[in-house]
Amino acid sequence: MLHVSASPHIRDNVTTQRIMLHVIIALLPTVIASGFIFGLRAPMLFAISAAACAGFEALSRIAMKREQTVGDLSAIVTGLLLAASLPAETPIWIVLIGAFMAVVFVKQMFGGLGSNFANPAVTARIILSVSFAGPLSKFSALPRYAATVTPGIAFDQVATSGADLVSSATPLGVLNNPIPGTQVPSTMDLFLGRHAGCIGEVCILAILIGGLYLLITGVIDIWAPLAYIGSTVAFVAQLGKDPVVHLFSGALMLAAFFMVTDYVTTPATIVGKITFGVGAGILTGLLRIFSAMPEGVSYAILLMNILTPHIERWTAPITLGAKKKTRKQQS
Amino acid sequence: MKLKFQWLGLSRAIHPAGNKHTANQSIVPLTGFKEVSIPLDMQVGPGCKPTVAKGDHVNIGDKIGEPLGPWSVPVHASVSGKVTKIEKQILSDGGKAEYVTIESDGKNTVSEALAPPVVTDKESFLKAVRDAGLVGLGGAAFPTHIKLNPPPDKNVDTLIVNAAECEPYITTDHRIALDYADDVIYGALVTAHWCGIDTVIIGTEDNKKDAARSLEEAVKRAKEGECNAFWPKNGVTAKVLPTSYPTGAEKVLIALLTDRVVPEGGLPADVGVIVQNITTLCVLAQNLKTGMPLVKKAITLDGGAVKKPGNYEVPIGAPIRDVIECAGGTVSEPAKIIMGGPMMGVAVDDITRPILKNNNAILIFDEKEAKLPKESACISCGRCLRACPMRLQPMKLDKAARAINPNELEELHVMNCIECGSCTYVCPAKRYLVQNIRNGKAYVRAEAQAAKENAKKGDSN
Repeated sequence: MLHVSASPHIRDNVTTQRIMLHVIIALLPTVIASGFIFGLRAPMLFAISAAACAGFEALSRIAMKREQTVGDLSAIVTGLLLAASLPAETPIWIVLIGAFMAVVFVKQMFGGLGSNFANPAVTARIILSVSFAGPLSKFSALPRYAATVTPGIAFDQVATSGADLVSSATPLGVLNNPIPGTQVPSTMDLFLGRHAGCIGEVCILAILIGGLYLLITGVIDIWAPLAYIGSTVAFVAQLGKDPVVHLFSGALMLAAFFMVTDYVTTPATIVGKITFGVGAGILTGLLRIFSAMPEGVSYAILLMNILTPHIERWTAPITLGAKKKTRKQQS
Repeated sequence: MKLKFQWLGLSRAIHPAGNKHTANQSIVPLTGFKEVSIPLDMQVGPGCKPTVAKGDHVNIGDKIGEPLGPWSVPVHASVSGKVTKIEKQILSDGGKAEYVTIESDGKNTVSEALAPPVVTDKESFLKAVRDAGLVGLGGAAFPTHIKLNPPPDKNVDTLIVNAAECEPYITTDHRIALDYADDVIYGALVTAHWCGIDTVIIGTEDNKKDAARSLEEAVKRAKEGECNAFWPKNGVTAKVLPTSYPTGAEKVLIALLTDRVVPEGGLPADVGVIVQNITTLCVLAQNLKTGMPLVKKAITLDGGAVKKPGNYEVPIGAPIRDVIECAGGTVSEPAKIIMGGPMMGVAVDDITRPILKNNNAILIFDEKEAKLPKESACISCGRCLRACPMRLQPMKLDKAARAINPNELEELHVMNCIECGSCTYVCPAKRYLVQNIRNGKAYVRAEAQAAKENAKKGDSN
């Protein structure tokens, strides 16, 4: 018996699963760094979120009587990114709701991997931050790092409560809403993540290591992150804000390498990637400076996700030797 | 360099493993075939009708198929012996054609009627090309005499000698460049001379620099020797291109060597270029010297199931099974047999299928190599988009083809696809992109056909 199939008869060894594995590996430095900055609770949140997303993915495929796709590892990536955008003291039940929203509502109900128009982690984070504004705006860090933002408050609290984590303002929060006695951490503290914030967003060094890994393995290319970071920084600098603080705080870096580069919900063409990056960058700057919220990355990305099909149409490549007019235009 | 392109996401071409295991092996003639079965349709366009009858005796080079139309080229006997069968059978591409089966007498007697053709002008040159039974031997099987004779309004000034051989595994063009360089250059110069072409460009890839060197030396010899009479006005240049796939695809090669872009739906002649495969030119040169038409073909026999991979010259019509046996057999059960390279070749359903004029390789894959990956959902990664040498959007074409939407397909320029398979090769979701795009082309053709018929009906009413 001979096998018969259409050409080509050989395939590259890259698979969806392998790409997702690369992304998971790229997120590991961030997970590890979160343990140093926020204590063991942070890696635990990552693990719970990833496991919950994988579980919900598997269950929804079973419920929908569709082929099991949990093996493609994309749910794990969603879980890690969702956890990355949560504060360290987020109650576990909120994480579970987030995982359910991300995987079941945003991803599987639209047809699963490849068919969702919005980034599941980003959308779930927005749903959570709107629904549970209280618990999700309590940012904290280990006492020694929280102190770098709000020295007076932090040491007092450590002394009185003896808690593992202490609440503290985030750098963007301080920038947006200055409180007497608080200050923005030094650039080095920002870069290393020694301040309060979301568990996967604070350590820029870890994110950059992951980003570099994705670039080297060819999972992403540089255009979207470059356009996104560049336009955000240029935009806030233009408005007289400190670009370095904006660059190194909030979700900007994590989003630049892990969300603006998401295959499914961003354009595939290079010009499209740059358009997406610039659009998301300007929106991020606008939201950060003019909205009531200190951070605007998630909304900026969600809005650009919605525009992605249009950007793709506008930036479609022109085929080699294309006739100027298509048949439609002629008739 | 490669890394830089990867970071920037600019890489256009793909780089499948070369697997050119047989590059060091000269072409070895295989003989001793008991029977050959020659299809009378081995080309683009209509084939031939038989000129022999059951029981006739034929010698090598005798015409057994007479052209059915202006595009057809004759078919010749590849062994000497008795015609035992003439019957319609299915071709490996799914069509049907008359097969002439010849039982070899083992003597391999060459026809006495063969004589070098007399060429005095373009017309007699094209007649010689056609009588040689020549079609594009790079794999396309486009009739050479048609290609060399573009409509008079096209001003062709460049002949490209295609020695890129970008398909993995195949090394016959490489061997021809090494062992028959003088014939190739003679064929190129004569072709340029009679077709009034002033510039000849030879394109090779840098994974066969020795082939490029060999051809360059042959060019030097030709300039100094008797071929000088055919020397083109603007000379012959040899260019070595970076190895990638599909460098050897006609439109890609033209763009790489001349910076000219063949318009959508157009032919190379539209930008003043004719591309000839080096093996075609080699056979042409040998025919002009001896009168021997195209009856034998050099093929690369390779793949995991083959015992002795190598380059072999086999009579056209020889069954694949006998070729494998003659070449030393297999090491494991053949699981997949591919005529041509792994990127664009055709998987055949039957091991007794005959070698065709345009075969340049027979790959015998073992069970492991034949294993097909399972398709999953498109993740819009854009790898197909970057790999497409024609700058199409394979993922969108794939979706439109699955939805059977001819309008959308046409808006996405489906007909400009050269079916190189690069998109399918790189797809991490293992989607059968190029196959669906082929289907898409068929839908567009069918719709155009239906529109034509409707218009006709309208006229008659």
